Amino acid sequence: MARKKREIAEINAGSMADIAFLLLIFFLVTTTMDIDKGLNRKLPPIDEEQTEQDNKIKKKNIFEVVVNANNDLLVEQEYMELTELREAAMNFIDNNGDGSCEECQGFNDPTSSDNPGKAIISVSSDRGTSYKTYVTVTNELIAAYNDLREGLSQRKFGKSVADLTEEQRDFIADVYPQIISEAEPVQIGG
Amino acid sequence: MSHIKKDKVRETPAVSTASLPDIVFMLLFFFMVATTMREVTLKVAVNKPQATEIQKLERKDLVTYIYVGTPRDETLYGTEPRVQLDDQLGTVDDVQTFVVVAREEINEAEQPLMTVSIKADGEVKMGLISDIKQELRKAQALKINYSTMPAIDAAGMIESNL
Repeated sequence: MARKKREIAEINAGSMADIAFLLLIFFLVTTTMDIDKGLNRKLPPIDEEQTEQDNKIKKKNIFEVVVNANNDLLVEQEYMELTELREAAMNFIDNNGDGSCEECQGFNDPTSSDNPGKAIISVSSDRGTSYKTYVTVTNELIAAYNDLREGLSQRKFGKSVADLTEEQRDFIADVYPQIISEAEPVQIGG
Repeated sequence: MSHIKKDKVRETPAVSTASLPDIVFMLLFFFMVATTMREVTLKVAVNKPQATEIQKLERKDLVTYIYVGTPRDETLYGTEPRVQLDDQLGTVDDVQTFVVVAREEINEAEQPLMTVSIKADGEVKMGLISDIKQELRKAQALKINYSTMPAIDAAGMIESNL
C-alpha cells in the first residue's frame, strides 16, 4: 500500500506584516529622534580662596568678553560683532607675547597675551542676556580653540585632530589648553 | 476553417505581498536603532539654539537632564520660563536636591563622570541659567552640557541665534 505522506500545513504568514506594523507604530510613538549633542563645559568649583589668586593675573592675559542685556558684545572694552569674535579670540590666544610657545604663529604683540597657557578668556553675561546669544558666544570661543588646534595638527602631523593618536592629541591640547572662565552674572545693564 | 478563439479576459496576477513583512521589519529595526526612548513628557517648550562645535554625549546612563523653557500649559503655569526636573516643574531651589538624588543612583566609581545636560530654550534669559549653574556648583555637579542643535556653519548659526 502506498503510504501518502501527510503534509504539514504551512503557517499562514499573512498577518506577519500587521504584527510588524504594530511594532513599528509603537516605536514611532514612544521614541524620539532627539540626538543628545551639545557644548561640553566645566563649571569652576565653589572655592573662596581662588578669588585672591585671580588678582595676580596680568590684565593683558585676560580676554574680556561681556554680553549685555541687549545681546551686544563688548570685547576688550570695544564693541564687536559676533562674526568677528572667533578671529579676535584666535589672535589673542595665539599671540605668544613672551615667545615661549614654539608652535604658535601669533603676532608677538607685547600688549596681548604671553602664551596660550596663560591666556584666559573671561566671559561675563548680564542676567538679561538671552541664552542663545550666550551659547553662540561660547560656541565661537570653543571654535577659536578648535580652529587653532586643527591648524597645529595639520602643520605638525599633516592630519586632522580627529585622526590623531591619543598622545598626539594630548600634545595639541597641551599647546592650546582651553581656558574659558565664566564670571558670575552681574547687572551690566543696557 | 479556422475557428477564432474568443478573447479571454487576461487577469493580471496579484502583486505579491510576501516581502511586505520584511520591508516593515527593516523600517522597524531602523527606528529601533536610530531613536531613543522618550524619558519624560515635556512640560516646557524647548527650542534649542544652534551651535557648530558640538560634541556627542556618551554614556546616556550618566546624563541627567534639566529642561528650561516657557510652560506649554500657559493657563496653568503662566508664561514665565520654568525649570522642569524629571516629570514635573520645579524651581531653581530644587535643582540641587534633584542632582544629588540623581547622582546617588549612579554607582560610586562613576559618579564623578556624571554630566548634567541643560536643555534650555534659546529665548530664556541668562539670569535663570546662571542661577541653575550656581545650584549645580553647590551640588558639585561641574560637568555640564549645553544641549544644542547642530548648525551647518558659523554664519548660519549666528543668523539663527540672533
